[in-house]
Amino acid sequence: MTREETETSGEDMMIDDPKPKIENDFNVHYLRIYYGNLFPYTDIHKWLSYGHGTCLFTCLSFFLSHSLKSFKNASLMEAAIKSNFPYKIDIGAVYSVDPDKRHAYAQSGTNLFTPVERELVFDIDITDYDDVRYCCSGADVCSKCWPLMTVAIKVIDTSLREDFGFKHILWVFSGRRGVHCWVCDAKARRLTNEQRSAVAEYFRVYKGNENNAKKVDLMGHSLHPFLARSYVDFLKSFFEGELQATQSIFSSKEKYEKILGMITDEDIQADLRGKWENSARSSLSEEATSLLRWEQLKKALQSKRNKALSLRTCVEEIVFTFTYPRIDLEVSKQMNHLLKAPFCVHPKTGRVCVPIDPNNCDEFDPLAVPTLSQLIEEINSGGLKMDVDDDDSDSSLLGKSIKFFRSSFLEPLLKSCKEEIESSYKTKIAKTKDSFSW
Amino acid sequence: MEVIRSQKRTVSNDVVSTPTLPLYLTAPHMEVRLEEFELFAIDRLRVLKGVSDGLARARNPNEMDDLVETLWKEHMRLSNVSEMINKDIISHFVLRLVYCRSDELKKWFLSMETALFRHRFRLKKIEEQRAIVGEFGLPYKAVIGAELESLKERLGLVARSHGQISSDVENIYYKVPFEEVPDLVASRRVLLQKGFAFVAGTQLVSLVVTQFRSHLSKALILTNRKWTTTIREREKDRLTPIVEALSTSYLGPDYSQSNEYADISLKDIDQVSKSSFPLCMRHLFEKLREDHHLKHGGRMQLGLFLKLDDALAFWREEFTKKVGSERFDKEYAYAIRHNYGKEGKRTDYTPYACSKIITSAPGAGDHHGCPYRHFSEDNLKAALSRMGLSSRGMEDVMDKVRNRHYQLACTLTFEAVYGTSCDTGINHPNQYFEESQKILKSKTPAAPV
Repeated sequence: MTREETETSGEDMMIDDPKPKIENDFNVHYLRIYYGNLFPYTDIHKWLSYGHGTCLFTCLSFFLSHSLKSFKNASLMEAAIKSNFPYKIDIGAVYSVDPDKRHAYAQSGTNLFTPVERELVFDIDITDYDDVRYCCSGADVCSKCWPLMTVAIKVIDTSLREDFGFKHILWVFSGRRGVHCWVCDAKARRLTNEQRSAVAEYFRVYKGNENNAKKVDLMGHSLHPFLARSYVDFLKSFFEGELQATQSIFSSKEKYEKILGMITDEDIQADLRGKWENSARSSLSEEATSLLRWEQLKKALQSKRNKALSLRTCVEEIVFTFTYPRIDLEVSKQMNHLLKAPFCVHPKTGRVCVPIDPNNCDEFDPLAVPTLSQLIEEINSGGLKMDVDDDDSDSSLLGKSIKFFRSSFLEPLLKSCKEEIESSYKTKIAKTKDSFSW
Repeated sequence: MEVIRSQKRTVSNDVVSTPTLPLYLTAPHMEVRLEEFELFAIDRLRVLKGVSDGLARARNPNEMDDLVETLWKEHMRLSNVSEMINKDIISHFVLRLVYCRSDELKKWFLSMETALFRHRFRLKKIEEQRAIVGEFGLPYKAVIGAELESLKERLGLVARSHGQISSDVENIYYKVPFEEVPDLVASRRVLLQKGFAFVAGTQLVSLVVTQFRSHLSKALILTNRKWTTTIREREKDRLTPIVEALSTSYLGPDYSQSNEYADISLKDIDQVSKSSFPLCMRHLFEKLREDHHLKHGGRMQLGLFLKLDDALAFWREEFTKKVGSERFDKEYAYAIRHNYGKEGKRTDYTPYACSKIITSAPGAGDHHGCPYRHFSEDNLKAALSRMGLSSRGMEDVMDKVRNRHYQLACTLTFEAVYGTSCDTGINHPNQYFEESQKILKSKTPAAPV
C-alpha cells in the first residue's frame, strides 16, 4: 500500500487552506534549518507504515508543487522534504495503487485509484465558535476561549474510547486556533466513508446557521447516554465555572438576548428580560452578574418544566450551545480529505503542530507552543545536542513533544500493529491448512 | 441460471424452502424462458422506478412501505407463491446484468434495490424478520440476563431520547459492531459501548439492510467482470441486446398515435403552446417563432412532439421566413416528411420521452434538451415565472432541480400551473400535453349544440 505525501491536485483531493501567506516568524531559511535538524522523520515514517516498514502508497502533500508523492522508506521521505522545504505537509489516505502512477489507471469506467485505508480524523477550529465567544473572533485565540478546545478534546476523546472502543488516538495542535484528532486503530483506518459519516453525525449536536435562533435542539424525554455523560462529566461544570468567568455570557443586553432567544416560552423571556434590565446598574462584577442571572434562568425554567416538552431540555440546550464540541463534519466524512501533518510548522504563526496529551489538556497553552524562531534561537544559542534520543531531550523545546509522541502514541500503536500482523499471519496459515480437506 | 426457449420450466427445489423475501445471495439454479427473461425484468423495473419516484418525493418510511406493497402487488404478483418467488429472483438477477455495467447504473440499482428490500422487510412480521437475519448467517449474539440488566438503564435513556415516554426496554437486544449499523449510530438511536452497538429487535431492519447492501455492492462488481469478460460476447445475439435496451427503457405509452386530446390545429397552436406545452417544447416553439429556424435536434424533439394535422405547412410557414420557400423545399421538406413517416422507411418515429430528452446534450445554437437540466438557474427561473409560477412554487421546483430530479421538477411545475396533483409523475412531454388538455377542456363549458 502506498501512502502519498500529496501536493494538492484539485479533483480528487480536498485540502484546507492551500495557499498560506508567509508571515512573521516563518521564513524559508528557518524552515530549512527546521527540516534539516528537527523534524522527526523516523517517527513519522514509522507511524505511517503501521509496522509494515514502508508507507509506499500513502498520500502526502507538499504545498508547493502539485504532485502526489509516496515514499518507500524514511530516508527517501526525508530527502524529498529536505529538497522541497514545503510550507506545509498534509497527509492523506493509503491508496490501492501507487499515487504517482494513478493516471495510468484512469482508463476504464471504474476508478482503480481508490483510497483503501485512512485514519479517522477530526478537525475542531475555534472560528466555528465565533457566535459564542466574546473575547476574540476569526483567526485569534486567547487563554479565555482556548478552554473551549480543551472541553472539546475531553468530550470527544472520552467518547472515542468509551463508546467506540478506539485506543490509538493522537491529538495535535493545529498550529493556530484549533486541534486535530487522528484515530489510528486498524478498525478506524478501514472505515468506509459511510461509517465515518455515521461517527461524525453521532458527534453532531449543533446545527447552526444565521436563520435560527435556537441552534441546538435536544428533543425527546431524555438525553442519549453519550450526551448525558458529556453534560454531567464536562459541560455543566465548564459552563457554570470557567465559561462564566471568561465570557460573562449574561452580562450585557446583547449577550443575554441571544440566550433569551433560545427559550421558547415568551412569558419566561419577558420575565427575565424585565428583571435583568432593571438590575443593569448593579454593583456586582461581570462574572457574578452572569452567575446570578444563570441561576434565575434555571429557576424560571424549572417552575414551568412540566408544561412544555421544549422547556425541559432548555437548560441543557443552552449549555450545549456554548460548550459542546463543533467538529468540521466534511473533514471526517471522506477518506480523501487531506489533513496537516503533526510536527510541521504553521505558516501563519510559525508554531509547530505539537501533540496534545488528552489527559493533561487543561495544561496546554497554545500561546506557549514553540515557534520556528524560538527553535532556531535554541540551536544557535549553542551546544544543544539535536539527537532526540538523548535523555536531556526533555529540556529542549521540541524534545518533550517528540518524547510524548513516541511513548504515549507511537510505541503502543506499533506494538498493536505487530500483534495484528502476527495474528493475521497465523490465521492465514490455519486457513491454508484447512483448504486441503474437502 | 439457464435461459432456454422451451415451454417447460423446471423449478429448483431450493425455491420452496426459502422465505418469501429472498436475499439474492447466490444465483439460482433454474431455467428461464427467454420471454420471461425480458418481461420479468421489465416488471421489476417498474417497481424500482416507482420506488425511485417515491424516494425523490421524500415520502416518509410508512408511506414508502405502502407504496412498495402496492407496486409489488401490481407488477410482481402471480397466481401461486412459488411462481412469485421465481419471478422475484429471476428479475433481480437479470437486472443485475443490466445495471452492473457502469458506476452510475450500479449506484442507482443499489439504492433502489436496497430501499425495496428495506420496505419489504419492514412489512414482514417480527418472526419472519428474525428468520431473515438468521439467513444472512450473522454472528450476532443476543444480549440477555445479567449483561442486559447492567445496560437497562442506559438503554431506557436511548429509547426516551427518541420520544418514548416510559423507560421500558425491549426484550431482546443484539450486540453488533457499530460499523454494521451506521444509520443507527448517526442518529444516536443505539447505545454504544467499546465499539459495540446494542440494537433492539425492532431495529433489525437497519442491520439487515446494511448487510444486503454490502453484499449486493460486491456482487455487482463480480457480475460486471463476468459480463465484460464472457457473457456479453457469448450472448451477443440473444441476451445482450435485451440487456442493453433495458437500462434506457421508457415504460409508458409511446404517444405515437393521435387521440382526441392530442390533435392540435394550426390556427390554435400559439395559444396552445402557452397553455399546454411543457417547458421544453414551449421553449423550442418560442425559439422557432423567434428565429424562424431550429437545428436538427430541436426539429426532431419538437417535430415528433407535435401531432399536427398538417405538420409540413407549419414548418414551411416558419422556415420560409428565413430560408425562402425554394430552399425549404430543397433542404428541409424531405427531412420533415421523413419524421412523419411519409418518406423512406415510413416509420412514424415515436415522440421522445423525458428520459431521452434529458440525456440529450444541446450544443451552441441548440434549443432542445430538458430545460430543468440544461438551463442555468437564472434562465430557468425566468422561464418558470413566465409560465406563471409563484416564488414559493419556484423554490420547490428549484429544489428538485438541484437534486437532479428533473422530471419531478416538471411534475411540480405542472401541478403548480394547473392547481392539481399528478401522482404518476411526468415522464413524457406528450403526457404533459394530454393531461393539460384534459384539465383545460373539463374546465371550459361545452359549446352549445
